[in-house]
Amino acid sequence: MDISSSGPIWLTLQLASVTVMILLAIGTPIAWWLAHTRSKMRVGIEAVVALPLVLPPTVLGFYLLILLGPNGWIGGPLKTLTGSPLSFTFTGLVFASTLYSLPFVVQPLQSNFESIGSTPMETAASLGASRWDAFFSVILPLSRRGYLTATVLGFAHTLGEFGVVLMVGGNIPGKTKVISIEIYDRVEVLEYTQAHILSAGLLLFSFIILLTVYSINKKLPVHIS
Amino acid sequence: MVRMTLVKKNPGIVSILLLTFFLFHSFDVWADELRVAVASNFLLPVKELSRKFEETTTNRVALISASTGKLYAQIKQGAPFDILLAADSLRPKLLEKEGIGVPGSRFTYAVGRLALWSADNTLFLRNDLQVLNQKNFRYLAIANPKTAPYGKAAEQVLRKKGFWDQLQTRLVRGENISQTFQFLVTGNADIGFIALSQLKRNQGQLKGYSWVVPAEWHNPIRQQAILLKRAKTNKAAKEFLNFIKSNRVQKIIESYGYSLEHL
Repeated sequence: MDISSSGPIWLTLQLASVTVMILLAIGTPIAWWLAHTRSKMRVGIEAVVALPLVLPPTVLGFYLLILLGPNGWIGGPLKTLTGSPLSFTFTGLVFASTLYSLPFVVQPLQSNFESIGSTPMETAASLGASRWDAFFSVILPLSRRGYLTATVLGFAHTLGEFGVVLMVGGNIPGKTKVISIEIYDRVEVLEYTQAHILSAGLLLFSFIILLTVYSINKKLPVHIS
Repeated sequence: MVRMTLVKKNPGIVSILLLTFFLFHSFDVWADELRVAVASNFLLPVKELSRKFEETTTNRVALISASTGKLYAQIKQGAPFDILLAADSLRPKLLEKEGIGVPGSRFTYAVGRLALWSADNTLFLRNDLQVLNQKNFRYLAIANPKTAPYGKAAEQVLRKKGFWDQLQTRLVRGENISQTFQFLVTGNADIGFIALSQLKRNQGQLKGYSWVVPAEWHNPIRQQAILLKRAKTNKAAKEFLNFIKSNRVQKIIESYGYSLEHL
């Protein structure tokens, strides 16, 4: 994945969008499984999913730097396959952000699925709907609230990512130089005006999307079985 | 009486208050220490030097390390540091001009040397930059020229020798020279410009090949020290600066891979 050179703002939005799409795709089955399983593995998986919440980004960044590099378990095989490891690439950042923002997508979806319960699926099944059909035509419409929260939190959290990107990104304009890194650089070289503009912009933008999601959430119905 | 009731009724609150008191008390003890803010490239040498310094006096030295730019911004915002050991002369000069540094206390304690290093022996054919013409490396690591003096020197070398434009897509920038080194050690970048002092101190552990860039290919990396205003009358701070300036210590600094201005 090669994104042509563009400003850090555009790059950050791209990173957050791609990350959220991937997270919704992999977060849905994980959250569904966590919400319905009786397996003993459940608590273990739940703990793993929540790890990025408590770990300092430097821990994740350090492991990723080693894993994604040309000698790493992930970067090594990829280098032989594609000629390039994952560190210092946009794809590498997407990988890192996906891990970093995982709990922000899985947890809202999981509590959403838990609140829906198993009754709607069972009802749909008794009416002859296949599992997939039941999920897409019954569960998804009931889950608008959960998906909205998951999308917004995942997106916003990726926007605010800093430590991990600093460690595995390499500060390449147009590829890995996201807004938070740009702000950091500007502060460092005392260009406070530009730092202010970017910081205030990010603050306002984050506030507006959170405000939007909370006000929409208030209007959407809650489903409790 | 009132106090007694408080103790009896809320042992938890009282212990928290006591704990807080002791914590703050220990912070006060630290405040008597000599606080030296040091650019990340000089952290290791200064660790050894402050140990030696502590042997000769009762003063304790606390080291705070970050990039010069960050330390400068923190000092401007009132960070409680007594001495700055910067990686350049620009920030100490600015501090002097702004009245935050003590006028006349500024001096060059070391001159940084740039080295090109790769863990991969096969990359180097000759002792020059021709290695950069090869296509068999993916990333060249430098420190961020905007924030790190060693990065700026690396940029000057690359521009002077005509590599800057052609290598743009293969440049990765470390936040400071330590991170640049870390990119190379972990194998994420194939080759890079780092401080000679980083190689010296890791001698024996590092494989690969290095080459010291001729000093005249970039502006000298004058690493300057300055006494900060809050330590104007601090005897220990002045002693520490004189200690750094002394011939004996300057020789040690040289052994770490720095050049000297005065000796």
